[in-house]
Amino acid sequence: MNFNLASSPHQHIRRDTGQVMRLVLYALIPGILLQTWFFGFGTLVQIMLAIVTAVVTEASILELRKRDFERNLQDYSAVLTAVLLAISIPPFAPWWLIVIGTFFAIAIVKQLYGGLGFNLFNPAMAAYVMLLVSFPLQMTQWLPAQSLAQYDHGFIDAVYAIFTGYSQDGFSLQQLRFGIDGHTMATPLDTVKTELLNGLTYSESLQLAVFDSSLYSVNVAWSWIGLAFLLGGLWLIKQKVINWHIPFSMLAAIFVAATVMSFVDGDRFPAGIFHLFNGSIILGAFFIATDPVSAATTNKGRLIFGAAIGFWVYIIRTWGGYPDAVAFAVIIMNMAVPLIDYYTRPRVYGHKAGRREAKSSGAKK
Amino acid sequence: MNEFKQLSWQGLWKNNPALVQLLGLCPLLATTATLINGLGLGLATTLVLIGSNTTVSLIRNWVPNEIRIPIFVMIIAAFVTVVQLLMNAYTFTLYQALGIFIPLIVTNCAIIGRAEAYASKNPVGHSAFDGLMMGLGFTLILVILGGMREALGYGTLFAGANLLLGDWATSLKITLFETDSPFLLAILPPGAFLGMGLLIALKNIMDNRMEALFAEKAKQKIVQRARVTAES
Repeated sequence: MNFNLASSPHQHIRRDTGQVMRLVLYALIPGILLQTWFFGFGTLVQIMLAIVTAVVTEASILELRKRDFERNLQDYSAVLTAVLLAISIPPFAPWWLIVIGTFFAIAIVKQLYGGLGFNLFNPAMAAYVMLLVSFPLQMTQWLPAQSLAQYDHGFIDAVYAIFTGYSQDGFSLQQLRFGIDGHTMATPLDTVKTELLNGLTYSESLQLAVFDSSLYSVNVAWSWIGLAFLLGGLWLIKQKVINWHIPFSMLAAIFVAATVMSFVDGDRFPAGIFHLFNGSIILGAFFIATDPVSAATTNKGRLIFGAAIGFWVYIIRTWGGYPDAVAFAVIIMNMAVPLIDYYTRPRVYGHKAGRREAKSSGAKK
Repeated sequence: MNEFKQLSWQGLWKNNPALVQLLGLCPLLATTATLINGLGLGLATTLVLIGSNTTVSLIRNWVPNEIRIPIFVMIIAAFVTVVQLLMNAYTFTLYQALGIFIPLIVTNCAIIGRAEAYASKNPVGHSAFDGLMMGLGFTLILVILGGMREALGYGTLFAGANLLLGDWATSLKITLFETDSPFLLAILPPGAFLGMGLLIALKNIMDNRMEALFAEKAKQKIVQRARVTAES
């Protein structure tokens, strides 16, 4: 008989990495379904493309690195990265965009640093930033909500549009983006940003077509998707897959910053709720910033990490060149994680707090 | 003759200024958006290296040790001015494309590094040859990196060769693929850093392979070189 000696803590391990990643994937499902419902099947096609690319890339790089790829592939982290990237890019972006992005995320951002657990940056967000910087045009071609679109598009159209740039009936991507009135529509964040620059006030820009209060307007669509991700995220917290610290402090930071600025000048600075439910804030707070590898690891550190992401998002959204900023903020704060972790190390049981300062001042002498 | 062989090996591969010493990274990363830009800057640097190494070696016995650095810098600056004026006269468009990075050759650590570490201690012939080989090693990496970034970014190779070589060279341009949306990452500075990292990794892999292949021969005599690791 074989008695395995294990060191403490003698706890029963409930979940392995694969299970955690799968739970996160399940939690994404409501948001993905709503995104598909509002913006067509493009998202699903992108997800499939991304997963295939991610698995192939991960397997071949692991093979190159002479690692056991069957075991490593089972942790589902590549699939999760792929899905997160796929739902962040426009549904009808050309196929090579997601392929390049996923390859970059897996091969360069993750495997070159040593694979899962060693990557400094969140792979999906680093790839997103890479795509946004490299292909600004393709990365901003968002669609109107499907019920508002001039031309209907189904699953086959989505496949055609992604691979050829034209739907099955020969409509170009540009035509597919036409709303019912024959105009293309920007995302709410983009609209408000542009209109504020054009001299409109915040409340005036809310009168524009994007913010049509009917059930299916683009604005409402994004809010519904945000709510769905919020639901998934709360479920993740309840399942103890993620801690509440990062999402809470990130959302709170954005809300507080936006509210304060909107009190200062309500015409120029959108309200807090607008910021929370537009763009990828909810998705970012619950699914992206909480990446166990590249986020801060102590609870106090998590609060700081999340809050700093929130402030960066607000700063870049308000004064930066891009309408949304979750990816940039996450990348910036990923770089600060070692520092945060260093200064928020918890007190070891049995030791007094503040020992580190005493020690370092002692070392100077 | 052995010394010359050794110098070539050191300059082109073993102690390559770009890949191993990591010197002169600023122009290396900034000007390699296309192959021809890289080649142009590489050749300019090579000329300066040969000139400065030769001169430094010639006067090495008369330069007081305390003020050698200012003297070296003045010599290098003189040669850079010569190269700059030559490029301004004969390859004006390339001169404009490279812009500030031609005068900045003065601050390229590879040059002062070679003057200090080799030319100030060795005879003229060896020093000039060392300058040539170090320059070629640097040019080689500039060209490879420029080629990688140009191929990925614009889908072409040798675009703008006429800027350097005259009008006949326009036909050298190779179009690998047509694209409406250039891969900006490759053209922008992050692409240079990524490409540089990949090249260094590639060199390390090849070194490891070679070491494994010639495991016994590697145990033979190893030449000790002063290696300058500081970056400006």
